[in-house]
Amino acid sequence: MASTEMATRPPETGDSRARAGLLAVLRNAWRSLTSMRTALILLFLLAVAALPGALLPQRSLNQRLVDQYFTDYPAIAPVLDRLGFFDVFAAPWFAAIYLLLMVSLVGCVLPRTIEHAKNLRAAPVVTPRNLARLPHHATATLDVGPDEAAERIRGRLRRWRMLETKDGPGRTISAEKGYLREAGNLLFHLSLIGLLLGFAAGKLYGYGGQVIVLSDGGQFCNTGILGYDSFQAGLRVDGTNLTPFCLRVDNFEATYLPDGQPESYRAAIGYQTTDDLNAGRVDQWRPYPLAVNSPLRLDGSRVYLINHGYAPRFTVTFPDGQKRTEEIQWQPVDATTYLSQGATKFEPPGVTDEQKRRTSQLAITGLLAPTSSGGKVVTSVYPALNDPEVAVDVLRGDLGLDDGRGQSIFQVDQSKIDSGQLVRVARANLVPGQSITLDDGTIITFDDVRQWIALQISHDPGQDVVLVFAVLMLVGLGLSLSIRRRRFWARLTPTEDGTRTVVEIGGLARTDRAGYGEEFDRLRADLLDIPDTDGSDVDRPITAAKDD
Amino acid sequence: MLTELALYSDRLFMAAVGVFVFAMVLHGSEYAVQRSAKAVLVGAGGPALDEHESHPDGTPVRSRSERLGRMGVALVVLGAVLLAASIVTRGLAAQRWPLGNMYEFTSAISLAAVVAWLVVLRRSPASRPVGLFVLLPVVILLFLGGTVLYAPAAPVMPALQSYWLVVHVTAVTIASGLLMVPGVASLLYLLRRSGRLSGVADRLPSVDVLDRLAYRLTIIAFPLYTFAIIAGAIWAEAAWGRFWGWDPKETVAFVAWVIYAAYLHARATAGWRSGPAAWVNVAGFAAVIFNLFFINMVVSGLHSYAGLG
Ligand code: HEM
Repeated sequence: MASTEMATRPPETGDSRARAGLLAVLRNAWRSLTSMRTALILLFLLAVAALPGALLPQRSLNQRLVDQYFTDYPAIAPVLDRLGFFDVFAAPWFAAIYLLLMVSLVGCVLPRTIEHAKNLRAAPVVTPRNLARLPHHATATLDVGPDEAAERIRGRLRRWRMLETKDGPGRTISAEKGYLREAGNLLFHLSLIGLLLGFAAGKLYGYGGQVIVLSDGGQFCNTGILGYDSFQAGLRVDGTNLTPFCLRVDNFEATYLPDGQPESYRAAIGYQTTDDLNAGRVDQWRPYPLAVNSPLRLDGSRVYLINHGYAPRFTVTFPDGQKRTEEIQWQPVDATTYLSQGATKFEPPGVTDEQKRRTSQLAITGLLAPTSSGGKVVTSVYPALNDPEVAVDVLRGDLGLDDGRGQSIFQVDQSKIDSGQLVRVARANLVPGQSITLDDGTIITFDDVRQWIALQISHDPGQDVVLVFAVLMLVGLGLSLSIRRRRFWARLTPTEDGTRTVVEIGGLARTDRAGYGEEFDRLRADLLDIPDTDGSDVDRPITAAKDD
Repeated sequence: MLTELALYSDRLFMAAVGVFVFAMVLHGSEYAVQRSAKAVLVGAGGPALDEHESHPDGTPVRSRSERLGRMGVALVVLGAVLLAASIVTRGLAAQRWPLGNMYEFTSAISLAAVVAWLVVLRRSPASRPVGLFVLLPVVILLFLGGTVLYAPAAPVMPALQSYWLVVHVTAVTIASGLLMVPGVASLLYLLRRSGRLSGVADRLPSVDVLDRLAYRLTIIAFPLYTFAIIAGAIWAEAAWGRFWGWDPKETVAFVAWVIYAAYLHARATAGWRSGPAAWVNVAGFAAVIFNLFFINMVVSGLHSYAGLG
């Protein structure tokens, strides 16, 4: 089409021709970008591009699985990584596809919106000369005059857009219905854009983080990134502007079925809102029963209960009589029995000599069974805290805490063991109250076990926008798929004597095989008194076009 | 009492499977009878068999196949009732909404597919020969559900204790069941158009009927699927701290959704309307099934509580 336009244009010279050529190229590019075919291809690309996001491990979901993939497939993993396959939904090629799709959508839908707005004000299409050519068609002669027949049609078509015109000796009525279909379609497509914008807002200005808090009095305040164990910031979040609030975990209770399947998790927490903090009400806590599926929502932030676990408490009595008590979370390693693993680390008190410190740091590492089987090898048989027992190694030496490298709180630095700087000095199974004595007289007591809960804190300023547009999208989809755009015409011709009227009706559905047959049949029955017993002067509708 | 109910539920399930298998046999013999009838008629220069639907009062041979077909349909109704009863008693036995693990999903998806099929059949009796091919995946699904995926009636874990389970999972199962019928219809459409296996294909409804069947059910199921995904996102916001996180299950749901969107676009694009669109519909259903099985059983994600341990 563009080429025929070009051909009819007068010849141009030099610059202006080049410019016209460029314009034509741009216009062609725009046209093909906004064509249905392109939209279709982009939709396919989108589906295909998203698939590796489900089939390959993704950094954003589980870094550990990605690392595992690197060890399993050392040859292809780096290549995949360079191409962004472990971060599909942040990859430039993924963004390119959906952005192109959105551009295509805008380019396609905006002109259609304008067209539709014009259409809404336009009169229905005039009656075709030959109604018998339409897929739905019928004729009958009614025993009433043309005025009465027209009145009857107008009454029946009350909810249709209608136009009545003179036509030779008689008149015609054209009517159209189902404009909401196109409106729904446009609403649907435009909502997709709103959805994407809301999504983008969340990615820019949202943040989330996880933090483990000990039960029975542990606290957390959302004042900065440092309070979190891990934190995911939106692109425009630097962590200096978090909405402040504080939480205190008063109690945590989990119940299990006899086979160990969890039945319920419930944490009694207290919280202080930004207002509370600003007003200095720091000793009052508002209670909230935090549970799975029931987050705490405050000041645009949400707090979720996402995991729980155990923290053993150990007391070390040093040879000089000084005591130190530590209580730090151990990590569940078995999701059904909550067998946990961890490392509780101690600094010898009052040692100032660097050299001496580096030989006398202590770590208690090993396993914790909340309900121990009681055997020689500590295993857990049930996730609740019924018969706790730990199986621990006590290590002494240099924990590497001063090396300036980050350390896992659940483990000791393996390289220190390998290099002999950290040595095992005892191994024992302990139940609460039991202790071991080391060669230098240090006594280590396993006191008790406390529970901890893992909280997820989320902040997403875009999510309400996304919800609104998702609902609009659904409404638009429903309208556009359930409503049929259809046209209806009637030609009324009075008989010679003017007492009877020949009524010819025709119908055309404008949408893809969506069917009009039944409704047209009803119209025919209502307007032409069909089906009736004599029915002699009635054209049967053309069945080929019927939809069932 | 409750364990007894669970037992009844299991028995009803098995009875339903048995009835569906028997219905398949009847539908299958409907084909066989027609095939021999055709050989006779063609040999005798009789009318083409395509007219058989509009002349149920034809030769005795035809009415025998007709009778077999009708009996098959009656059995499908019976099977659906048994399966529905199994699902209800399961819910009563476990004292929760009976959609908590893969056994229960497959059961409910099969019921949705069968009911959708019966509704189609009521409105368009000419589609009856499709029945055999709708029952085939249903029986396979139920067989897998009753064996590999089976899980005893039990309460669900805390993450699933939410009324959003009722909303989201029910919508997903119904939508998946509804989408199964168009998937089958599109496959048969492609088979019929390709001209292969003409012995079977010739007894199927015309390509137009198959095409319309696929389209009409898809445009009902697609908004429901959309709703299910939105409900899932709302639930994810309440349970996991974010409404969308590209968890494998979410990702494949997105892929399936986009494929169905592509199907509807293909239906409105010149050159794509018929064959290619049918392929797209088949691909969409493949994505739905892939999501149900592969993602639940092989890939681990937040959705991994299918009751498979
Ligand atoms: C993110 C991208 C898109 C998605 C997910 C999408 C999805 C859909 C869906 C589900 C339908 C069927 C429901 C309805 O009729 O409203 C549809 C219809 C339609 N879309 Fe899109 N679409 C997208 C982009 C586009 C683009 C770029 C165009 C323009 C080229 C377009 C043009 C149309 C048209 C004309 C229809 C109506 C077809 C009919 O009458 O059946 N869409 N779209």
